[in-house]
Amino acid sequence: MHIDIDKDVCIGAGQCALAAPNVFTQDDDGFSTLLPNREDGGGDPMVREASRACPVGAITVTEG
Amino acid sequence: MPETEPVAFPQDRTCPYHPPTGYEPLRATRPLSRITLYDGRPAWLVTGHALARELLADQRLSTDRDHPDFPAPTERFSAVRNRKVALLGVDDPQHRTQRRMMVPSFTLRRAAELRPSIQRIVDGRLDAMIAQGPPAELVSAFALPVPSMVICALLGVPYADHEFFEGQSRRLLRGPGVEDVQEARRQLDAYFEELIDHKQKQSEPGDGVLDELVHRQLREGELDRQEVIAFATILLVAGHETTANMISLGTFTLLQHPEQLAELRGDPELLPAAVEELMRMLSIAEGLLRRATEDIEAGGTTIRAGDGVIFATSVINRDEEVYPAPDTLDWHRSARHHVAFGFGIHQCLGQNLARAELEIALHSLFDRLPKLRLAVPADEIPFKPGDTIQGMLELPVTW
Repeated sequence: MHIDIDKDVCIGAGQCALAAPNVFTQDDDGFSTLLPNREDGGGDPMVREASRACPVGAITVTEG
Repeated sequence: MPETEPVAFPQDRTCPYHPPTGYEPLRATRPLSRITLYDGRPAWLVTGHALARELLADQRLSTDRDHPDFPAPTERFSAVRNRKVALLGVDDPQHRTQRRMMVPSFTLRRAAELRPSIQRIVDGRLDAMIAQGPPAELVSAFALPVPSMVICALLGVPYADHEFFEGQSRRLLRGPGVEDVQEARRQLDAYFEELIDHKQKQSEPGDGVLDELVHRQLREGELDRQEVIAFATILLVAGHETTANMISLGTFTLLQHPEQLAELRGDPELLPAAVEELMRMLSIAEGLLRRATEDIEAGGTTIRAGDGVIFATSVINRDEEVYPAPDTLDWHRSARHHVAFGFGIHQCLGQNLARAELEIALHSLFDRLPKLRLAVPADEIPFKPGDTIQGMLELPVTW
């Protein structure tokens, strides 16, 4: 799984980190970022929920 | 889309936690209906969940309320539409700049750090209420002071001034007259002018969000005084009124659903899901306002440039396609994707703080007062009219 976060679009709502706290977090500026060693989602089924929860569509999830 | 008589918007609720019965016809015309505003002007009402998510994220819809075509739900709104509103009233790219300044103070981590102080505030208000009762009037004793104290501490506004700013916020959001709204604006402007002066003279700045705005962005010329006042106004007003309404209406709703309340009290792990479900069910911010800047194809029709577009959150959050049996309060459904906090770039800045406050306030209230109940029959308790944020005007309780 590949997760792409568009930081130019992110508004720091934190919805990804709320939905999938084991994969996403917010950096010091409040923007979405992936936790260390979770760049591939770590098989977490909530990654897609996190993507859907993003209010600005900043998270793209692709298989492979 | 079937042709039907346009529904009037906004309307009053008949039950404080259900959408107005006058919105029933809207279910048949989902996801988009024609409505008539108070001044006779037509507008579009978005009522479908998928379309709402699509359009709330569409930057061809503007929130610039000063534009003559911007839809006004009330005469009061029209009277102050030329006033600059930070965040909620500006489009990108300006919105992005403003939001970026605020985001670090409203992250999930920051909300988690604030939990102990929120708990102390909640405990303090409950101690005071219990010492004086029973009975109690829950809005003034608990639902309003808790978020008011929390946002004061976060912003760096003295809570000693709470009667002043709570009163002015009430006038700003509910009037009743046009002149009330204008006067509330003037009073809040003057108040914040003075507060900024005071903060500028402090050699040791406080640690509130406003202290940071005054000692950094204002001093460095990144913001001017009017912009700081616009930030202060929206953060203070939105920061306490909305959460206060969720606490009062959430408590009323729980008391009217004893089975769900008992289940929640038996399993506090349900709390985060319960807060989401209450947000969905109560949808206290009923009408999110936008104006189309271009023609937009949506819901099988064309929204023309200049048309007003309003999002009926209470109807959207009961879309059967997303929420089966939508009128039922159910902690086990996934309510996550509700639009009660909005969606798109303007989604509520304070939502993570609001969730923390609601979890702590509702949990502690029913934990400390397991016999909490209404002190008068439910149908005698007044709630807010449809043209403002929804919630209880009063909530007489006993235990």
